[in-house]
Parts: sequence; structure tokens; C-alpha cells
Amino acid sequence: MSKPSDLVQGTLDLLLLKILALEPLNGWAISQRLRQVSGDVLQVSDGSLYPALHKLEQQGWITAEWKATENNRRAKFYSLTRLGRRQLQKETESWTRLSSAITNVIRLEEA
Amino acid sequence: MRVESWVYTIPLRLRSLFRRRLVEQELDDELQYHLHCKTADYVSKGLREEEARRAALLDMQGLTQRKEECRDARRVNLVDDTLQDIRYGLRILARTPGPTALAVLTLALAIGANAVVFALFQSLIARPLNVPRAETLYSLERKDSNSGRMSYPDYLDFRDRNRSFEGLAAYEISPAGLDTGSGNPSSVYVCMVSGNYFDVLGIQPQIGRVFHASDERGPNSAPYVVLSHRAWRERFSADPLIVGRTVQLNKHPYTVLGVTPPEFRGTLLFFSAEIFTPFVNQEQITGVNHLNERRMLSVFLTMGHLKPGVTPAQAIDDINAIGAQIEKTYPTDVARMRFTLADPSLYGSFLGRPVKAFLAGLMLLAALILLAACANLGSLFAARASDRAREVALRLALGAHRRRVLRQLFTEALLVALAGGAAGLLASVTFLRALSSWNPIPRFPIRLNLEPDPFVYALALVLALLAGILFGVLPARQVLAMDPFPIVKSGRLTGTHPRWTARDLLLAFQIAICAVLVTSSLVAVRGLIRSLHTDFGFQPRGTLLAHSALTMAGHPAAAYPAIHQRLVDSVAAIPGVEAAGLIDRIPLGADWANSLMYPEETTDFRPSNAAATAVRFNVSPAYFQAAGTRLLAGRLFTDHDHPRAPRVAIVNRECARRVFGSDAAALGRWFRLRNNIRLQIVGVVEDGKYVSLTEPPRAALFTPLAQSPAAETWLVARTSGNAAEHIAPAIREAFRQTDPALPVYIEPWTQTLDFALFPARVATAALGVMGLIGALLAVTGVFGMAAYSVSKRLKELGIRMALGARRTEVLHAALGRAFKLLAIGGSAGLLLGVLAARVLAAIVYQATPRDPFVLAGVVLALLLLGLVATWIPAHRALSLNPVALLREE
Repeated sequence: MSKPSDLVQGTLDLLLLKILALEPLNGWAISQRLRQVSGDVLQVSDGSLYPALHKLEQQGWITAEWKATENNRRAKFYSLTRLGRRQLQKETESWTRLSSAITNVIRLEEA
Repeated sequence: MRVESWVYTIPLRLRSLFRRRLVEQELDDELQYHLHCKTADYVSKGLREEEARRAALLDMQGLTQRKEECRDARRVNLVDDTLQDIRYGLRILARTPGPTALAVLTLALAIGANAVVFALFQSLIARPLNVPRAETLYSLERKDSNSGRMSYPDYLDFRDRNRSFEGLAAYEISPAGLDTGSGNPSSVYVCMVSGNYFDVLGIQPQIGRVFHASDERGPNSAPYVVLSHRAWRERFSADPLIVGRTVQLNKHPYTVLGVTPPEFRGTLLFFSAEIFTPFVNQEQITGVNHLNERRMLSVFLTMGHLKPGVTPAQAIDDINAIGAQIEKTYPTDVARMRFTLADPSLYGSFLGRPVKAFLAGLMLLAALILLAACANLGSLFAARASDRAREVALRLALGAHRRRVLRQLFTEALLVALAGGAAGLLASVTFLRALSSWNPIPRFPIRLNLEPDPFVYALALVLALLAGILFGVLPARQVLAMDPFPIVKSGRLTGTHPRWTARDLLLAFQIAICAVLVTSSLVAVRGLIRSLHTDFGFQPRGTLLAHSALTMAGHPAAAYPAIHQRLVDSVAAIPGVEAAGLIDRIPLGADWANSLMYPEETTDFRPSNAAATAVRFNVSPAYFQAAGTRLLAGRLFTDHDHPRAPRVAIVNRECARRVFGSDAAALGRWFRLRNNIRLQIVGVVEDGKYVSLTEPPRAALFTPLAQSPAAETWLVARTSGNAAEHIAPAIREAFRQTDPALPVYIEPWTQTLDFALFPARVATAALGVMGLIGALLAVTGVFGMAAYSVSKRLKELGIRMALGARRTEVLHAALGRAFKLLAIGGSAGLLLGVLAARVLAAIVYQATPRDPFVLAGVVLALLLLGLVATWIPAHRALSLNPVALLREE
């Protein structure tokens, strides 16, 4: 399996859901968008992107539709479902909880 | 939440399954689009078109693998792969039809045997009687004799005084002549039942009505019959107007009240009841009225449902308290009245205990057979896997997951298992159907209801799956431990082989089981053959038996002697008949009667004062010659021992010895029967078998039929040479001329003995079949093992041969282990078999394992088995061409 080493396990789903929550996008656009918004910090390898998308689709969190792109090729556009929105909310909350907890730990004063 | 997600996922899954090509195309399009964009991206960064495309592909880290991951994400791979595995498995299996057929057959045998035994268990023990609330139905069984018999007055006391049963019903089975209107009566077995019988059991009629306690008003007061569904169908062609029709039982008119539902077959599992009539008609049915006789145990069994809240222990206390009162009130009439509760369906522990023991034995054997079959198939599949080591290694080396390879092997195993299970089930259902319609003893309506139920089907399926998993695991271990690279290079499994593997142990165990089965079936067969030639105290060969009951033609007891005389005279006059005699109960038949013998001076005839209990027979003078029973001292009966002459008796040697000390001492001595009649012993005859073949020596008492007339009539005709076929019609004619209304059943005595030999026959047949299956399994097991070891060591054997090894040495190297296992397993099995045969001796008369024939037979069978099983592998080892083999590398 080709899991990106720099992505915390399980956060890829969160990132994808969040990006798709803003607007429906195709796979290529998703990878571009991810790089843009994270300032190249979060790089998802091309290899792991599509299996992840298919998994989310199978869980019913995102749904796909074939549409024409700006350069007039057909591409598969993913968008968030109602379920996906709820899932995003849940994952966001748990991420916030987790990251703030970790932040607190890191900020402990060394005695 | 979950349900909501199905809205999205179900159409997706279905689409993935049924629009495969479209989905694949979309997946490709999607990834190609990405590659296109990425390539364009790289080109814009200054790479040449070609390099850009290459870089884009590299970023994808393998297009095919990513596609596979996407397919995995779609989760339809499971279905897909399974279908693929099944297709591939079928192809692989079809490529080796011989071993595949062998495997399916092995499993079919094992699962079939288990299904049959389980169906037997279901219908004989587990499944309750076909009556409402069967689980609270109990019968009374005497504590000291495994019998449910009691007198009719006893029954009435128990019925009226107990406070534990909702109601207590009683029945007895008796033969009678049934005339359905044709004027040609046939013999049927009538269930004489208490008036409350149907109400106690809760049986509602299908047509008409049943009788009730209120229908009985004293002896012969209720001339009604109720028909079983089967009797209605078979004897009255399912006449819809049957209710109200008059039939004749023993020449007495009876009105048909109704028909019971088809599922009700009486309360005795082996016995399919036909006609029910109230017990109060005893005199018309049996010829005697014992309704007021406390000494005559004319009730066969009593039973009823416990009242709600009453425990079996409370009921037993209640019944025994009544029993103690009866004992106290009638000390000279009744024996010990202590009862316990039993299951009426197998006549309590009388039949229940041996049947349960027998079935438990069969189940154990069947389970062992299944285990052996699994061990077998395990080796077979392991051999197959090692033959395919190269293929498997190649797949592993090309990146297949071990799990995937294992799944493939498991699928194959399960395919074989399911095929075997289906075949076994089919065979067992066919067999059970045949067994259900089998009537082992034509005189009795003995039928087993062996319809396989859903449990049997479920068991077969579960066993098949279990077996598949079990023998699929053996090769799996091999695959898990496999290092693909040396195998791909050399083409076969390498590495060290442990001296003895679990598989070897299994095989030795299996051979031992087989040896046990072969030993016990040989012991049983030998015992059966010997018991056919045993000394019964009579010579059944060369005799014909004609059975009838004078009550069936409605004769009064006073007319019996004249009719008997006429019958004997006319049969004796038939050419080819050497002697013709009568007896009221045939030895080793279905029933017997005991008489208590008291010393001459006895005045108190309570049972405990008796000098001996003897089996009692009433015979005509020529009986002993006709039966071939030898006279040891004194004289036989003559025509002068008529009703007005002094009462006389003949005893057997055992009786003479027990009561008087010896043959000589008994002659001329007097004794009394319980009714205070004094008899003089005039002769002593040889001992014999009277009730069962395995009984210890029993005292027997013979009295002249003329002095104690009986309606039951067995005519024994000794014939000369082999004229028996012509004599049977002549005997029938003699009966017809004596009284055309007398039904008669004629068969050779040897056939009648089937009743006594029945348990031994069944045990022998069952063991024989199990033994055969066991032998077959051992052959396939040894074969699999030998074939495996030869194929594994082909190269080594080739080198040995190239270096000049002799054929015997090659054989030893190739098959030494197989024979060693055969020897170890065989001797262990023989030892166990000899021990098991001790148990057998209780069922099969004269079954002894200390029989040179049996021991030689087992050794021979095992040798033969080894020879058959190793023939093909040995041939393969010997026909090796070392040059070709070595060049192949």
C-alpha cells in the first residue's frame, strides 16, 4: 500500500471530505487543491488518492458524477452527500479534540 | 445511519456487480484523465512529452495495482474472487477426475453413513412420538423385569386410585381374524386398548369418532373398532363411507367408528398399529376372559400424561404406594409391584436400552469414519498441493497474497466437500426410504418411520462444510510455510521431512479404526453363521410352520381339541410330511409364557414359594418328533393323555435338574401349578433356546395341548427331502377343509426364526456396512499416502535407480512407511477389535473374537487392503525412467 508517510493515519478522509464540502471536484483537481491550500505541506501521492476516493464513495459519504471539465474532457466529479456532511462534522470534532489535546501535551513546561 | 447509507451503497454495489465493463471503463477513464492532466503539468514544467508521461505514471506507483486497490475498495472483489476461485477450482478438479471422484466418494460414504445414523437417532430416540404433548407421556415399567405387564384388575386399581396422572390408558396387542366383508378373513394384529385410550393420548379422529371410556359396559360390551389411517387405506381402499360399516373380528360383528389421522401409528415406534378395539372385548379377541384375573398379566403396557406440577418422582411414589396395597391385599396372586416411569415408545428400557446402546455405538463408528475420511482427504489435498507447489510458488512469487492462494485451496476443498455431502445425502435419503418401507418380519406390521427431517439435511451440510475446512487446513499449513523461490527454481518442495508427521499418525489411527470395524464385522458375521447352526433344542431346517388362531374363526374353547386333531391328522396324511405336531407358542417367537412350578406339598401359592419359573408350552403328542426335539428319559405324550386322563408333563433337562436334581430323579415325580393342579412328570427332553438366542439355560415345561387347550395354533410339519414348496399349498388346503374361515400363515421355520435372529442380523448388517466403508477409507488413505510419498521422492528414487538400486530396495524406500503404518495401525486395531467384540457378544449369539478364522480374516483383509492401496504407487515407482527424470531438471 502506498500511504503518504507525512499524513497522520486516517486524516486523508477528513481532508478529502473537507475539500469536497467546498465544491464538487474531480480527482486531479482535488490533488491540486490539496497542495494549494496546505502550501505544499500536505502531499497526497497520486497512488493513494483514488483508492481513498473510491472507499469514501462506497461508504456513501461522497457521490460521483461524470461532467465535462473546462478543457472539455469528461471527468468524474465527486461531491459530498448528506451523510458525508455529517461524517465531516464528526471527524472535524474529533480532530479538533485530538489536536488540541496533543498541543496541550506538547506545551507542557519541562521541569 | 446505516440504513441511510444503503441508499447510496446498494446501487453502487449492484452496478459494480452487474455493469462490470462500464465500471471498469470508468475507472480507467478516471485514472487516464489524471495521467493526462499530470502529463500536461510536467510538459508545462519543461519535460518532453514522453518523459512527462513516464513521470506521471511513476507518480501513480503502478497503474494496475492502484486499479486493484480501487476494486478492493468497491468490495465486490470478494464475490468476484470467489466466482473466479470456483471456476478455477472446478477446472483444476476436472483435470484430475480420478482423485476428485475418489475424494467425493470418500466424503459421500462418510457423510452418508453419518446422515443415516443420525436419522435413525432422530426417529428412534430424539423425535418424540406422534402424539400431542409426547414429552409428558410416561409408561409404567416394573423395576425388576423391564416389563410393563400387569393384570387388568391391577390396571383398573392404578387407573382409579392414582393421583399423579391425568388419565391412565392400557393396551395389549393380539392377533385376530379380520373379515372386511369378503368372507375370507386375514390375520391382523389388533390393539386392545382401554376405553380412555384416545382421550388420554389426545388423538382426534380424522373421520367419524373414536370410542371413550363411557362406551365400555362390561365384557364384550363395546363391539367397535377404530382404524389406523394405514389400515383404512390398505385394507379398505380408503373407503370414504367406512364409518358405520360392519366388519367381523373373529367372526364377531364390529362397527367401524372412525379413522385416526395418518401421523398416528400407535405408541410403539417399531409397531405400526392397525386396528383399535376396547379392551373389554378381550374374550372375543383372544378367546379368554381375564378381565377379573389378577394372576393373568393381560395388559401389555399402561401409560398416561403426568398432571401439571407432578414430578416423575412423586408419580413413582404414588404408583408404588398403590402397588404395595395391591401386594398386601392379594398376596398369593401378585408378584412384586414396584414400578418406575419409562418411555412408552420403545417399551421402556426393554427395547430402549439396547436400541440406545446400539445407536450410540453406530454414532461413534460413524463419527470415526468421518474423521478417517477427513484425514484421508487431508493427505489427498496435501499431496495435491505439493504436486502444485510450483504453480503456487509462482503465484506467490508474482505477488499473490498468501491469503488469496489459501482461499483458492479452500474453495477447492469446499467444492469437493459440498459435492460429497450432496452425494452422501442423496444416498442416505434413498437408503432411509428403502428402510422405511422394509418389513423385516412379514408376520408383524413392523415399520420404522425414517423420513429424514430438516435436522438431517442440516447435519449433512454442516458436516460437509466442517470436513471441507478440516481437510483444507492440512495443505494450508504447507502453503503458509512455503518459501517460493527455491521451489520456483527446483520445481518441488524441498527441505527436511520430519520422520513422523501428524498425517502419519492420523493414517495409523485410521487404519486402526478400519481394523476395529473389520474385526467386529467378521466376528458378527461368524457369530451369525454359527447361530444359524446352533443347537436350538429343535431342528428348524426341513420344517414348515403354519400359524393360526382358532379364535379367528370364532370357535369356543370346547371345540379346540377336535379341530386340532383334525388338523394334525390331515397334515400328517400329506405325502412328504414325516411328522406333524402342534404347539401353542413357538419357541424363539415373539412372545412366551411362564408358569410357576410348586413342590407337590405346597398349599400357599404365593410367587415366592415357587420351586422354579419355567417357560410353558402346550404341545400335541407328535410335536417333539416334528420339531426334532430329543427325548432324554421317560416317554413322550400320547393320544391317551386326553382331558379325562391324569395330568402329565414333560420338562427339559435344566428344569429337571433345578427342581429335582437330575433327569432320573424327576421321572414319575409330581408337582403343582399355581392353580393347584397336580401334574406328573413322564419325560425329560433336551434343553433348548426358548426366548432369545443369548439367554442362559432356562427351565421349560411342556404339557399336553389336549389337557390345556389353546387357541393359538402353530403346526410344525417335518418334511422329507426338498418337497417343501408343494407341501405348503397342501397344508393350506388342509386348514381350509377343516375350517374355511381360519386364516393361516405358512412359512419355513427357519424364516420364522428371523424374529429371534433379527437383532443379530441388524447388528451384523450395520457392522458389515461400517466395516466395508472403513476398509474403503483405509484403502484410499494408504493409497493417498503412498502416492504422495512416491511423488515427493521421485528424484531421489530416480537417483537410487540410476546408481543401481534393486527393485526391492526402491520399493522399500518408496513404500516402507506405508507398510509400517499399516502394520502398526492394523495390530492396534485388531487388539481394539477383539476388545470391542466382547461387547458384541451380548447382541450376536456366539460371537467370539478368539476365533482363528476371524483373526486370519482380519490379517488377510489388511494385507489385501495394503496391496490394493499401494499397487498403483508401487507401479509408478518401479516404472520410473531415471534418465528422463534426471534430465528433466
